[in-house]
Amino acid sequence: MDTARVHQVNTVVAQLPPSGIRAFFDLVLGMEGVISLGVGEPDFVTPWHVREHAIFALEKGYTSYTSNKGLRELRTQIAAFVERQYGVLYDSEDEILVTVGVSEALDLALRAMLNPGDEVITHDPCYVSYAPIITLAGGVPVLLDTWAAPGFKVTPAQLRAAITPRTRAVLLNYPANPTGASYTRSELEALAAVLIEHDLLLLSDEIYDALSYEAAHVAMPSLPGMRDRTIYLNGFSKGHAMTGFRLGYACGPAPLLAAMTKIHQYTMLCAPIVSQMAGIEALQHGMADVFEMVVEYNQRRRFVVHALNEIGLDCHLPQGAFYVLPSTRRIGMDGLTFATKLLQEQRVAVVPGTAFGAGGTQHVRMAYASSLAHLKEAMTRITRFVRDHT
Amino acid sequence: MDEILKLLVDDARTPPAQLAVMTGRPEADVRAAIARYEQDGTIVKYRAILNPEKTGEANGLVRAWIEVSITPQRGQGFDAIAARIYQFKEVQSCYLLSGGYDLLLLVECGSLREVGAFVAEKLAAQENVTRTATHFLLKVYKEHGDVLQPTETMPRLPISM
Repeated sequence: MDTARVHQVNTVVAQLPPSGIRAFFDLVLGMEGVISLGVGEPDFVTPWHVREHAIFALEKGYTSYTSNKGLRELRTQIAAFVERQYGVLYDSEDEILVTVGVSEALDLALRAMLNPGDEVITHDPCYVSYAPIITLAGGVPVLLDTWAAPGFKVTPAQLRAAITPRTRAVLLNYPANPTGASYTRSELEALAAVLIEHDLLLLSDEIYDALSYEAAHVAMPSLPGMRDRTIYLNGFSKGHAMTGFRLGYACGPAPLLAAMTKIHQYTMLCAPIVSQMAGIEALQHGMADVFEMVVEYNQRRRFVVHALNEIGLDCHLPQGAFYVLPSTRRIGMDGLTFATKLLQEQRVAVVPGTAFGAGGTQHVRMAYASSLAHLKEAMTRITRFVRDHT
Repeated sequence: MDEILKLLVDDARTPPAQLAVMTGRPEADVRAAIARYEQDGTIVKYRAILNPEKTGEANGLVRAWIEVSITPQRGQGFDAIAARIYQFKEVQSCYLLSGGYDLLLLVECGSLREVGAFVAEKLAAQENVTRTATHFLLKVYKEHGDVLQPTETMPRLPISM
């Protein structure tokens, strides 16, 4: 039987490049004794009281759908958190939507806002999904190259230069995966001024907000004139170490949230109720856990950056998240070769920079969301590797 | 608590140079702080935490918690009698608690018989001790914040976004 027609997939999907991470993932699988610095999630298990609350919820029979928007109690807690932390008020009835991770929230925002051909400006390097999901939503990703910029940061001039009549929105992630880049209040104000001047929407992915080490995180919607042009995205995966719960949320102006909710109700119905129950517990009683984890990440961050620079891999001090993006240039190897050989020869897994953007040929991403013992062993192996190759 | 102390509590063997990197403080400051903590008794001593199941002493070492009710002494309260008790080498820890009894002792001996002898001959024989209740340790699940029983955790994916 000729199945060519039956097996034909959507043209846009067919043309999407496969994830650069995926290819490397396949290489690592099946190898023994690998220390992985390639993991984009906390090494901490979700704090026990949060897990215990989820178990209790199951025991009590919380197994049903919830309102499309999410449990009222959770939305109330989210509103209280954003107000307490950043001084931004959102109405929990029509300005907050609970989603299956920030990934869903971002996908909803793009699909709800974009018409075919609309441009969305984002940074490069960026989280691996950004360009593909903009494309899938019918938009055109416009990438600001920040590979050589100090701290991998977007500048207002760079942003302004990329704006065209087709620009619909800007997608900004800070602290960022994979760079750890973040922004001071004045830097954010300068970017905000450009957005306001050109009347653009901002999708602000602040999932790593809790993991800010140098200065307190400033939320974009807290800046004058930004609340009503921002869809603020956050969740529980990183700060609360709840990746597998798949729980995130979007806050923003009611008309935009209504459009997102419309798609959400037809595609996802609601986030899993057990995860939502766990989220309530995390927001009510879990902030001390977050602070404890942040202190530890910060110690590891300093340790890793210091070690990498000593080894000869130029590495800037990231401001947030739990990644470093050192350059492999000085040891005369491109990032992909470095990552491949390091894995084969020393059994340390890192991710080639090209997974996060075409400009990443001379970089690798390492996550320091690993125990100090693992990080020490990894640095010992990387030292050996660099010595063998220089 | 000072970040340096927290790091030392977790791993007392962490070198000052590494503590300096991890806390973002000059190494000289770190050394000075540790010296100060050692001098003023904040850091009492450095010791290894052993897993009794692994040390081979599991069958030879008996641990027991003993509740002790005592009659306080005029002018000295519980302190003098506590001092008489905690100086026995069998006593690893000694606490004064509120509630239904007064002192709680952690006692380590070579055998059940030795614990029995300690209670009968040394502890209960004290003039001010009115009652004891001995609880023998059967299994350690968690100690000093560390879970000693191996637990199965789901491995993370080796590479993720």
